Amino acid sequence: MTEPEPLPSARGDKIRVHPLVVRITHWVNVFAILIMIASGWRIYNASPLFDFKFPAELTLGGWLAGALQWHFAAMWLLVLNGLVYLSYGIFFRHFKSSFLPLTPRLVGQELGRALRGRISHELGVYNAVQRAAYIGVICVAIVLVLSGLAIWKPVQFQELALLMGDYEGARLVHFIAMALLVTFVLVHVVMVALVPRTFLPMLTGYAKRHPHGEES
Amino acid sequence: MTDKPKKPDRALIAPSAEIRRIERRLFLRQGLSLGAITLLAGCDITNAETVQRVLWRMSRWNDRVQAAIFDANKLALEYPESAITKPFPFNGFYPEAEAPRVDGATYKLELGGLIRDKAPWTLERLNAMPQTSQITRHICVEGWSAIGKWSGVTFGTFLERVGADLSAKYVGFKCADDYYTSIDMPTALHPQTQMTLRFGDEVLPTAYGFPMKLRMPTKLGFKNPKHITAIFVTNDDPGGYWEDQGYNWFSGS
Repeated sequence: MTEPEPLPSARGDKIRVHPLVVRITHWVNVFAILIMIASGWRIYNASPLFDFKFPAELTLGGWLAGALQWHFAAMWLLVLNGLVYLSYGIFFRHFKSSFLPLTPRLVGQELGRALRGRISHELGVYNAVQRAAYIGVICVAIVLVLSGLAIWKPVQFQELALLMGDYEGARLVHFIAMALLVTFVLVHVVMVALVPRTFLPMLTGYAKRHPHGEES
Repeated sequence: MTDKPKKPDRALIAPSAEIRRIERRLFLRQGLSLGAITLLAGCDITNAETVQRVLWRMSRWNDRVQAAIFDANKLALEYPESAITKPFPFNGFYPEAEAPRVDGATYKLELGGLIRDKAPWTLERLNAMPQTSQITRHICVEGWSAIGKWSGVTFGTFLERVGADLSAKYVGFKCADDYYTSIDMPTALHPQTQMTLRFGDEVLPTAYGFPMKLRMPTKLGFKNPKHITAIFVTNDDPGGYWEDQGYNWFSGS
């Protein structure tokens, strides 16, 4: 790697693990995604694709029109925030320094280690499984937005809709991407609950050097 | 048509830039706590006035974005006869049995507003106009969709024929079931926007809007008024039955 961004950087006995842009976009994203999911579930309930509905208490908007208003207001926040994050990741080499290198072999090795109970958590460095998960969820979010656009504008953006199997196909893609995103969020929150010292750095940016961190 | 539901206070929807800035701050501050409280406690406090106002404002913003995205020459996909959904779902704000029964023999389509020739039209005269048909996808705001075949008069041709002011902003519709709605002029002039007189291969049935409905594959289902009794051209936003209750006005596809 040539000259990656200064991460992790040290400050006394603390290490900087999350840059400010990542922290801000992370929490804005939490807010936007919670609104999108809760209102999206209400919209889904108006005409369920499958043989179930989401519990009304978990939904946002009160009725279909309200849910649509929330969904189509928060989408701007989601997309603008996402563009800031992606631009930062690409142009400030945050992605390169945090998510690369990544090969199937590295992911396999890490999974093997995890199965033997030897998960590596070095502060400020993602292991291969984490890298794969984060790249994966970014792709899922992009598919969510594109399928959302196809559902919103199936005539104006019909080429996009046709890629996903026309309007009804785009609905299905949107649903599956939502389910994958929700799965990621659940696993992500469980992981933070299991390793609570990873939580504060996403607010402050810094973490204390930890004696148990494996140094490679 | 006289007792329209109360329209949102439009004075509240177009305040100064300063108020807009303040509200943006309020939205961010209240939004954060709202999101947290709503999601943690599961309670519904989305009726807070400020939040409602911001959501309405965003909906108006989305109207403008959709008007900008709208391509007057972009045609909705047409499907083969074999793709037609049977039976085609009925949808309305009342049960199918309560659909209004309009007498085709005495029916008169009223014209108003910025139209040169306001003489009412009979069904016979509408049927004598050049007819076109389309097999397109009807998409409901609820999410479901169905493919149907509609035939009738291209709306743009009709508007030209009666001397409508094509530079006006809106075309409004009043219906026999007290439904009302309005559309933007570019959509009114879209080649697939149709004054529908026939559904499938039969005269438009009562459930689907006899004697005449407006079919627009470029807008969501609820924007396609049925049982139309009056059409008017105007520059003042006429709103709509669902739109005034919170559904997005443009609702383009």
